[in-house]
Amino acid sequence: MSDIIEDIEIRLLLEALYQRFHYDFRDYAQASIRRRLRQARDQLGFANFSALQEHLLHDDDMLPRLLGYLTVQVSEMFRDPSFFRTIREKVVPHLRTYPSLKLWVAGCSAGEELYSYVILFREEGLEDRTLFYATDISEEALAAASRGIYSLDRIRTFTENHRASGGKSSLSDYYTSAYGNAVFDKSLRDRVVFSDHSLVTDAVFGEMQFVSCRNVMIYFNRELQDRAIGLFNDSLMRNGFLGLGSKENLRFSRHADAFTDFVREEKIYQRREQ
Amino acid sequence: MSGVLPRAVVIGASAGALQALSQILPELPADFPVPVLIVVHVPADRRNMLAPLFQAKCRMLVREAEDKEPAMAGTIYFAPPGYHLLVEADGSLSLSSDEEVLYSRPSVDVLFESAADAYGPNVVGIVLTGANPDGAQGLRAICESGGTAIVENPADAYAGTMPEEALKACPKAHVLALGEIAAHLLRVCPA
Ligand SMILES: C[S@@+](CC[C@H](N)C(=O)[O-])C[C@H]1O[C@@H](n2cnc3c(N)ncnc32)[C@H](O)[C@@H]1O
Repeated sequence: MSDIIEDIEIRLLLEALYQRFHYDFRDYAQASIRRRLRQARDQLGFANFSALQEHLLHDDDMLPRLLGYLTVQVSEMFRDPSFFRTIREKVVPHLRTYPSLKLWVAGCSAGEELYSYVILFREEGLEDRTLFYATDISEEALAAASRGIYSLDRIRTFTENHRASGGKSSLSDYYTSAYGNAVFDKSLRDRVVFSDHSLVTDAVFGEMQFVSCRNVMIYFNRELQDRAIGLFNDSLMRNGFLGLGSKENLRFSRHADAFTDFVREEKIYQRREQ
Repeated sequence: MSGVLPRAVVIGASAGALQALSQILPELPADFPVPVLIVVHVPADRRNMLAPLFQAKCRMLVREAEDKEPAMAGTIYFAPPGYHLLVEADGSLSLSSDEEVLYSRPSVDVLFESAADAYGPNVVGIVLTGANPDGAQGLRAICESGGTAIVENPADAYAGTMPEEALKACPKAHVLALGEIAAHLLRVCPA
């Protein structure tokens, strides 16, 4: 069994993080949180979590370092290309019927997912009528998202994904290369609002036609998943769309009945009429 | 402690995995008393063909693991390509898209370490053929918390590195030929 003392220490550490800084990881899926905390403990050089906690409470620069371990930033542009192809082919025709659109990318990480939507919407002629909200709890990730600079060695994957998603232009139309980096055009951010927002502690902030929250809720336990899905439900207009990660679903949620499968295998849902 | 009866079997395999698993999984009866959780290294862009492939040969139910589902007895779960598979203390499964570990996602170490935490001594960990060191740390964790460790005999394995590294990390593991593993499992997990 995982060490009882370690369990107590982890619970106390997460409680301290919440009470002192209002970052709430208490209801995240435990197994992966524990793994990441052990990495933090070892790499930051602490013998145990109590020592780490002491520094967290008394040492100003410990918070960002710990958060760096707790919020793992793994993303990709047009990740799961068939998802974005389905958005293009099946969802965009519905979105075209609205004079103005709001799209919320919840847990946007360093912006890869956000830029995928902006580029797709530009290619489909929807960008000008859309407001994009990109939110995350990680300040570092939000800062990276608003820079839009990615290492060139990632671009090949992004380019292949973009093409496989039905891209209507070349990805290279949207960035310039400099010093081993791809710098994405700042016009892609003209209609984007970046904001700090937690799905655990914060409330709904607008009425959306589309919410995309991919590979964030797998890190939550069931209750927390329910809370997040409740937020999306409250935030979406009737018939609005919800896109989840390829291994996420609403099956275990108590809000499952509020949605219908729009394209089941791509985890695209639609909010019901009533 | 709840005694030594296992509550789960976890298996990791890489190069040569299909042939190796084909000698083990079809031997297990439909009512095998615990869940079997498996990580096989496959490229992330492949849809998971493992579950349908093995369902055709196995008596146990075979599925790709889904986030937050409870791991059930009599069922074999494969980690989906591109995601780590972890088991929680309450016996439910969770997926994560964290970084690759030793160039692998899913990672055997990640599954095994979480299984050691969740099940303590009540888990059987099996490392099969493969050409990398993934699984060694995880099997060590299982050994250290008192679980049962089994390693495919590296001498007969299609690729010996993975079992060799696992044996170095966990020297008291049982070394078995592929053909002996299913019978051993049936002994340690009596119906
Ligand atoms: C694995 S990344 C997913 C990135 C992107 N959505 C994708 O699918 O490619 C998970 C992101 O969720 C963010 N996150 C974690 N907890 C969150 C919370 N409570 N509210 C909002 N975002 C959160 C992390 O900071 C991280 O950027």
